[in-house]
Parts: sequence; structure tokens; C-alpha cells
Amino acid sequence: MKALVCVKRVIDYNVKIRVKTDKSGVETENVKMSMNPFDEIAVEEAVKLKENGTLNEIIILSIGSDSSQETIRTGLAMGGDRGILVKTDGQEIDPLNIGKIIKSIFDKESPDIVILGKQAIDDDCNQTGQILSSLLDCHQATFASKVEVNGDKTINVTREVDGGLETIKISIPCVITTDLRLNEPRYASLPNIMKAKQKKIDVVEVNDLNIDLKRRVETIEVNEPPARKPGVIVEDVDSLIDKLKNEANVI
Amino acid sequence: MKVLVIVEHNNKTIKPSTFSTITAGSQICDDVNALIIGHKLQGAVDELKKADNLKKILLIDKEGLDNPIAENLSSHIIEFLKDNDQYTHILTPSSTFGKNLSPKIATKLDVQQISDIIKIFDPDTFERPIYAGNAIAKVKSTEKMKVLTVRPTCFELCGLSSEVEVENLNLKNIDLSSVSFVAYDESKSDRPELTSAKVIISGGRGMQNGDNFKLLEGIADKLGAAMGASRAAVDAGFVPNDWQVGQTGKIVAPDLYVAVGISGAIQHIAGIKDSKVIASINKDEEAPIFKFSDYGLVADLFQILPELEKKL
Repeated sequence: MKALVCVKRVIDYNVKIRVKTDKSGVETENVKMSMNPFDEIAVEEAVKLKENGTLNEIIILSIGSDSSQETIRTGLAMGGDRGILVKTDGQEIDPLNIGKIIKSIFDKESPDIVILGKQAIDDDCNQTGQILSSLLDCHQATFASKVEVNGDKTINVTREVDGGLETIKISIPCVITTDLRLNEPRYASLPNIMKAKQKKIDVVEVNDLNIDLKRRVETIEVNEPPARKPGVIVEDVDSLIDKLKNEANVI
Repeated sequence: MKVLVIVEHNNKTIKPSTFSTITAGSQICDDVNALIIGHKLQGAVDELKKADNLKKILLIDKEGLDNPIAENLSSHIIEFLKDNDQYTHILTPSSTFGKNLSPKIATKLDVQQISDIIKIFDPDTFERPIYAGNAIAKVKSTEKMKVLTVRPTCFELCGLSSEVEVENLNLKNIDLSSVSFVAYDESKSDRPELTSAKVIISGGRGMQNGDNFKLLEGIADKLGAAMGASRAAVDAGFVPNDWQVGQTGKIVAPDLYVAVGISGAIQHIAGIKDSKVIASINKDEEAPIFKFSDYGLVADLFQILPELEKKL
């Protein structure tokens, strides 16, 4: 079986976000970028499925400017076989159109499984997997914490839902989005990083895909969240309990 | 304008997230209907009927729809909308239920969904958190139909003193998806869920090991609190992954968040800063967590926790 793993280049989760002074967005210049953590989990899951013989090919797909090649290389160093970059000029693209772009790659590559993070930690939309499965009219399993491929190529996916775990059985082709508990992504070893440099990345121009990228949701402004009021240091347990009870009224 | 709220329930009872979403709907216009899809829904419908601000309940009660399989729910919703094109807004709670379902509805309508709205300015303009709430985006939809998911903690529950009319829908027969439902394991814990708890107590690396989390249990019992942890504590293997609060874990907004032995890394703060009150206990007075806390106690947690449990 063949997997398509979608990865997004985002601001590293350890970086403190700065809102631009003109309120047009968040500062991304000279900021450390990394693979979206949920997408790392997606790559790891695909590599595990390849190691146990379920998959025989892993394609790492990213959509973005040239610098997204770096993110693809990270996926290749973790164990992906080849990469595809759908090259844009770095503009923001609505998730629905991201879904349409992935679909066009899907149609060309015919993978059995698409694996991607449940959300990107930049726009926090949590939509792309669901959009893609709807465009493809195929099964979806979101928020996966366990993926078991059965002998008949059906897949049992345990999903993290509010209040517990739900298990569903889906058939290929399918879209799986990953949650935190699914696995712990490996660090790429130096030899694998070197090897990844030799792996092939095909570049597709987004304009050649004939998808109307006009935005349907316009960002009017981006603001800092309201600041928290400065707090106080209390002396001891008694005064902490007193404050929580009588001042904040929360216990 | 007309709003449709997609109801989250377990066939027997309505999830509170639905009542918050009805409130959000009523901020858009007066004409709010709710669509409930499931099987053997009498209990749930009886509860929903009381919701204030609701004009009408639309009911699809059918065998095979017992479990919230997104493919089945979305196909029924789309079929319903074909004959009911007067709706301008479709609202679903931004819970795992809604996040799983709503983008499917939007995609089938060829509409760009807006996720996780926290404020409504006008029927086209909304506010939503990005970067785990480290920035707030004001966005405007140019779509004819607005498909939105609503963050429940940002809207009050609607009142429950009405008697709403219920219409049983007779849709044409729709083939059910071949996705099969295998099991649902409800979390066995007697504690509330992290994402809906009123009080949360979390431990960080300062707890030193998993056994020491027992020190938090007694306090959690007394406060009726959910228990959480920082990423550092999870990475160190003290507690399971699903306890993780923070940007890559659960985003929480309780009335009271108690951080114990948590230094306050950016990614943790991002997950807790919508809490009404944050109290923290840490022996390092320089710990960044104190900058975000309403009440800070600089002390050794191993001395403080037993005392706190006793005095609560």
C-alpha cells in the first residue's frame, strides 16, 4: 500500500508568537520554523506502517514556498521515500483550497491512505483532513490515537473524542488525521538526514492545478489576546485559600 | 437570515456544548432552529425542547444513526438543506463531534468553514483564536452560507424554560456509509473531562515522578477538579499523554486552573490563558508561570500540597 503524508511548515511551537504592529498577521520573518507537530506524528505513523510491512511507499507532500522543501526533507529523513512540493508564492490559502490541491495530487498518485495532522498549530483550523475526505468521497478517521491495518485492508482507527475513545472501522482509500497519543515521532539520525538529501522532491506549480485560490474568508485584523491582569504573590496556604474563596469566588 | 444549530447529544441527553451554540446562534438572528439526528432520541428531544431562543426542533430519528458517524450525519444534513435553502448560518459546537462533522458539511456546500469562533460581531464577522490563542483573528466571510464551529466555553448556556415545537422530518432514504462503528470506551475516571472542567489541577516537572501526582489527587477530589499535566511532565513519563494541557495538548478554560510545579513554558501558557483564575505553586520565584497567575505561592510543593488538601 502507498501513503501520502501531508506536512505543513509552521512557526516552531517553542517560539513566542509576535503579532505584527500593523495587525495584518503574525511575524514570521526571522522566526524558527518547523514541521507542524501533528504532521510529525503523521510521518512517524506512516514510517511505522512501512517498517511493519503494511506500506511500501511514503510520499511526503507540502504546500508552500520553496522553504517548505526543508520541511519535506525532514519527513524524508524520518523515513519518507520521496517528496512533492506544490509551490506557491507563500500566500495564505483557505483550507478548502488546500483540500482541493491535495486532491489533485491524490488523483495523480492514487495513494491508499492519506495521513495528516489533525490541525496545524498556526491557524488551528482542524479542517483539512475532513475536507479532503469529503472531496474524495472516501472514509475519514480523525483524531487517531491508534491505527491497526487488518488483513483485508480495512483499518481500525481508535479516535480521541471528548469523554473517551471511539473505534471505527474504515476501508481504503481513506484519510486519517493524527492526535497526540498516536505515537512519539523519532528524531532523524545524521546518516538518514544525509540520505534524505539524495531523495527526490518533485515540484508542482500551484498555478498549473487550475484551482481558484481567491480567499473566501478575509482576515480583517489580528490582535494580541487581552492581557491578563497582574497577579499577586500570596504568603501561605491560608491566604491562597482565602483569596480563591472570597476574592475570586472560584472554590 | 436563519440559523441552523447541529445538536450534539448521546441519544439520551444533550451535550451542554449545544446550549452554548444555541446562544451563539441567537446572537446572529432571532430565527434559530436546531437539527437533531440520531436514534431513539426521545430523552434528548425532551431536554432540547426546553431550550430558550429556539424556534423549532427538526428531528431525524432513524435506525443506523445511533452513532455519530460523520459521513452519515453530513449526508442527512445536506439532504435536508436541499429542500430548506433559507438557512444562512450552520453552527456546530467546536467539540470533537463538531470538528469531525462540520468541515464535511461545508465542503459538500463548497463553502469555507470558519473554525472555533469565540465572538460574533455581525452575521459575517467573527473572532477566532489562532496560534493556540496567542493571537486573535477578526475574520469576515464572503460566503453566502456561513458554516461555523463555536467554542462552547465562550458563550453562556441558553436558558431552559421553553416548550419548543418539534417537527419530525421525513427525508428520502439515504444510504448509510460503510464506516462501521466498533466501540466507544468512555473514560472511566470519576473526574470531569479536562476540556469542560470548572476546576483543573495540573502538575509539571516539579512533581519529580508519577507517584507524586497522588499528592494532587486528594486536592482534585475536594475541588471536583480534573487533573492535567504540562508537556514536560508527560514527556518525562510521569502521566499519560492525554493529560497534557497546552498548545499541542488540550486547550482549557476552567474557572480555576491550579498549576503545581509548572514553570510556565510558552506552549503551556497558550493552553491555559483563557482560564478565569490561575493559581500557581512553584518554589522558583522567577518561574514565568507567576507572570500569568492571579495568585502565586512561592513554596516547596511537597510541603504545601498536604497542607492545602487538609485545609480545603
